[in-house]
Amino acid sequence: MTRKRLIHAINDALVEEMERDERVILIGEDVGASIFGDTRGLLARFGPDRVRDMPISEALMSGMAVGASAAGYRVVCHLMYANFIYTAFDAIANQAARLRLMTNGQIRLPVVFMAAGGGGRSNAGQHSDYPHMPVASLGGVYVATPSCSADAKGLLKTAIRTDDPVFFLQPTSRGGEMGDIPDGEHIVPLVSAKVLRSGDDVTIVAVGAMVRVASRAAEALAEDGISVEIVDPRTSYPLDQDTIIGSVRKTGRLVIVDEARSAGSIANQVAALVAEKAFSSLKAPIVPVTTRDLAIAYAPPLEKAMIPDADRVVDAVRMTLREIAP
Amino acid sequence: MIPNSTAAGSLDLLRTMLTIRKAEERLAGDFKAGLLPGPVHLYIGQEAVATGVCAQLDDCDWITSTHRGHGHFLAKGGDPKAMFAEIYGRSTGICGGFGGSMHVADVSKGILGANGIVGGGVALAAGAALAAQLDGEGHVGVCFFGDGAAAQGVLGEALNIAALWKLPLILVCENNGFSEFSPSSSVIAGDIFRRAEPYGIQSVRIDGNDIEAVAEAAGAAVERARNGGGCTLIEALTYRIHGHVEGENAFLKTRYREDEEVDSWRLKDPISRYGRLLEERGDIAVGKLSELEESIGKMINDAADAVADDPYPDSASLDRHELGAS
Ligand SMILES: Cc1ncc(C[n+]2csc(CCOP(=O)(O)OP(=O)(O)O)c2C)c(N)n1
Repeated sequence: MTRKRLIHAINDALVEEMERDERVILIGEDVGASIFGDTRGLLARFGPDRVRDMPISEALMSGMAVGASAAGYRVVCHLMYANFIYTAFDAIANQAARLRLMTNGQIRLPVVFMAAGGGGRSNAGQHSDYPHMPVASLGGVYVATPSCSADAKGLLKTAIRTDDPVFFLQPTSRGGEMGDIPDGEHIVPLVSAKVLRSGDDVTIVAVGAMVRVASRAAEALAEDGISVEIVDPRTSYPLDQDTIIGSVRKTGRLVIVDEARSAGSIANQVAALVAEKAFSSLKAPIVPVTTRDLAIAYAPPLEKAMIPDADRVVDAVRMTLREIAP
Repeated sequence: MIPNSTAAGSLDLLRTMLTIRKAEERLAGDFKAGLLPGPVHLYIGQEAVATGVCAQLDDCDWITSTHRGHGHFLAKGGDPKAMFAEIYGRSTGICGGFGGSMHVADVSKGILGANGIVGGGVALAAGAALAAQLDGEGHVGVCFFGDGAAAQGVLGEALNIAALWKLPLILVCENNGFSEFSPSSSVIAGDIFRRAEPYGIQSVRIDGNDIEAVAEAAGAAVERARNGGGCTLIEALTYRIHGHVEGENAFLKTRYREDEEVDSWRLKDPISRYGRLLEERGDIAVGKLSELEESIGKMINDAADAVADDPYPDSASLDRHELGAS
């Protein structure tokens, strides 16, 4: 094991995959300067042919990523802040997510769109979204949502090797967080959830930066003898249904924590899944803990009030325990 | 004859530039002291552009601005106190603390807001120009944008529609040499102002650190737009003296410009240059510039101090922006 910051784990994944396959190229705005540190050193190491600083032209950049991957390259397209995926969205929604079926598989797209999403730093309404579900809703793009260093590395490596589009959404507020990474080749498959902590009373499904929030809540609840199981889907689309359903069958209670807004949160998907496939296991209503349906506000107390925190998760868990089985 | 070439007009221009400068210097200090919750992009060195353009406008004319928007806000008549309160995240801020530095807006002054999306203001200004055209009262829409933003496709689209519909639109490109940490020459091909030519739109490149040149070009453009003559593109050459974002040295591992380059631009400072000129011309008494610096500096610091401890917005204030709630 090696301890590394999440952002350095991403850097390692990029280095290793670019070393491994010379058809991997990286494009993005200021990927040379590297604002987050995840692409640092790549320009010097792999040169300006393979590491391309783009002008501020997201609509073009995402389309070029599609075109270059259709024409034989493995493209990593760095969108910087996740909100900029909206600027880039046409080529992702109308091209990347569609071409495989429309060409009956003649076109496969090994392209990764990567970005940092989520709030907590007073970056305000246009730099704080966690838009995994708008991409999930396309149905033709994998959505990877790492929550820790090891998963960030393992998922990104897989994403780069995948022959279909992947949106890799790293948590902005967790870039500096340390985590253990297995030594040697470390791969995390897509569509494989992780049970981070096993427990008997309540299942918490938590995504991205919310996994740590859920862990803190679980620790607090453990002091009161409440045993929480935490499931990190790691891929928001498609979902590893079996792991989620298996956990709910065991605990009978479900809290879903997502920093995306309620209207477009993974809570909707997971709740629908459980209602469909594990309804009879439920002992209490499912409780979602999500961000309010508002632009992320700037003032720290407002931002704090909108994004889920451990206290809200603790309350949600307690709520599921107060309910009596129907 | 340019509108502000009387001695009294000149003094106003000088005052406005100094107001912006002092406000930005205060914010630089506040940032260093850890008093700002979020990121700030300062306008130091570019004051002549906002000042010279906005001097041609009244409250019924619209502007759209950028992430580097404090100067546009103040030049268009925004209240310094309300701006500081916003950037401090306080309920007394011009946007109630919801938006912060990248979103300062005062619609009563025709300020449609700073913008966190690079190029985001271009289409908004074209839309405001359409509204002004429909109103038929001779008002205009002005878009401030950077050289980096000129890489967004929307600029070409806006030029096209502005030519077709003869929109009363003034596109003001502030070419400060950088697109974040990339020199313009690496992300922008050709001359920005020439992009208007194939559309049959008037355009001009000016020294953006020469306030009279800015006022003259903007005056001509605004007059044309008010009289049904349509769109103008102005490219103002200038330089940002501070970094792209305050605190950038904490995350940048390599330098993207030389100190000598910054120093050479300090010599072309728009404020001291204009102050000297006015003294030479006898429009202001010798020593007036430093006198103004002191009095405006005090006014700005008083404004900032007055709101620095204002209350943060209450989280209940979020309710007022939820759809369907009222
Ligand atoms: C759509 C979008 N892409 C990228 C960014 C990140 N970003 C913020 S400012 C900036 C550079 C803007 O350069 P320019 O337009 O020249 O303005 P300047 O910063 O020089 O004032 C970039 C790339 C953004 N905010 N929005």
